[in-house]
Amino acid sequence: MNLLELCDISYSATGREILTGLSLSIKAGEVHALLGTNGTGKSTLASMIMGCHGFQPASGEIFFNGTLINDLKIHERARLGICMAWQEPARFEGLRVRDYLTLGTVTEEPESSLRLVGLEPSRYLDRMVDRSLSGGERKRIELASVLALRPKLAILDEPDSGIDMLSTDDIIRVLERLRNGGSAVLLITHRDEIAAAADRASQICGGRIVSTGSPGQIAASFKTRKCISCDGEVCNDE
Amino acid sequence: MNEFDELMTALGAAGGDRAILEDPATAHIVVVGKRIVSSRNLPGLEVEADATEGGVRLKIRLREGIQLATPVHTCFGVVHREGEQQIEIEVVLERNSSARFIAHCLFPKAEHVRHIMDAHIEIGEGASMGYQERHFHGPHGGIEVIPRAVVRIGKGGRYSSDFTLTDGRVGSLDIDYDVEAAEDAVVELTARVFGHGSDTIRIRERVVLDGENARGIIKTRIAVEDDALAEVTGITEGNAAGARGHVDCMEIIRDRAVAKAIPIVSVTNPQAKVTHEAAIGSVDKHQMETLMAHGLTPEEAVDVIVKGMLG
Repeated sequence: MNLLELCDISYSATGREILTGLSLSIKAGEVHALLGTNGTGKSTLASMIMGCHGFQPASGEIFFNGTLINDLKIHERARLGICMAWQEPARFEGLRVRDYLTLGTVTEEPESSLRLVGLEPSRYLDRMVDRSLSGGERKRIELASVLALRPKLAILDEPDSGIDMLSTDDIIRVLERLRNGGSAVLLITHRDEIAAAADRASQICGGRIVSTGSPGQIAASFKTRKCISCDGEVCNDE
Repeated sequence: MNEFDELMTALGAAGGDRAILEDPATAHIVVVGKRIVSSRNLPGLEVEADATEGGVRLKIRLREGIQLATPVHTCFGVVHREGEQQIEIEVVLERNSSARFIAHCLFPKAEHVRHIMDAHIEIGEGASMGYQERHFHGPHGGIEVIPRAVVRIGKGGRYSSDFTLTDGRVGSLDIDYDVEAAEDAVVELTARVFGHGSDTIRIRERVVLDGENARGIIKTRIAVEDDALAEVTGITEGNAAGARGHVDCMEIIRDRAVAKAIPIVSVTNPQAKVTHEAAIGSVDKHQMETLMAHGLTPEEAVDVIVKGMLG
């Protein structure tokens, strides 16, 4: 049985169809890369799986561990074992890193989670998760929080994006840790060298999955900015 | 239980520790209703206290160059359901002195209580004063708190105040602070208040940066729920070259509560700069979703956000 099963998902916002009959499955413990250019629906899909407000599918079903979760709220999905590291993580005034990393049912010590994302605990545990952190620091802490939870499914929405980005090695180290801990990962990325660390990959174009295969195959297809669906028309629209 | 013990019980409930009053190295003064029930001075710190018709008048002077290692604790309160307390305070910090004050304001049973604080503070050249005011009002909301302060900071002096009222009901709060800062002086005003029920919160803080390179920040963090009302006016005037000021107001509202922020910035010198930011609204959706993705319920997530904001 697949851990996550998306069946024929469609979703529109402000009159525009963003996901169109999208289907995708992820196995337990699998790192699955999702490659696609800007505007193809990657982050929308991530928000939909997490259950964010306003991202309810118009049609289609989302199964997690065999349970239909379309109507579950975010925290209910989180308690089933889904967690997400946002592309632009939220900042919290007055919330210390130490406290942020112990929210929910954590299984990893904050210190070890921080070390895994390249941050020295003694320098960060008592800092606030607020605007005093750089974008890169905040993204690392977001990944550390996912590591701490050791979810059944971690959704990582472009962990490599932004200025002061994490290095490929940093991200691969996080993926390895999640994989070794038994977590499945949906890894959203633009970068084929990051996708190469996955077990499988899919390419999204025009709001649907156009191919799934080995990371190498999918990355090669993605690099040409062409897919079987649009022959470059949508893929080149970056 | 006598009034002093009742007040100390309230101090404990508010997170304080009465043992601090027994420390011979720590100055303190405790006023219950209209009576001074305990006090301790330290060398270089002079405290005069007089009873007035409505409460007490305190004159506090810290001598030149004296730097107190431990905070001066003041404890004001009314332990009955009804009553009035007027505190007049005159504080003088002489040149190059420094002290921190922690004021515990305790009204655990207040149903019809009025607490008026009228402070005049002079901070001498190079002197530094920190003032923390922590309130505990109990569950009834029947209290009116009216803190007034006029503060003058001399050249190179520093003044920071931190007003916190986040436990129990607010009742009616009406803060009015005026601070004037001379050359190279620094002022930092922070207020954190959580209003519930029919509480009303009015805060007016004015910082006048009259001296060259004077700096000031007004930071206000308010959360209101139920039918509570909050109105925050932060005024900063930059009147000298190099003066820098900032007004930062954040208010979270829930239920039928109403919040207003009125930042007023005024600059009369082209080399001064004053900025402001204000954010009012419900709890940030992205913050909520992030916390819920850790398994917190919506109620738990709001609690974390509000507590964090209120420090």
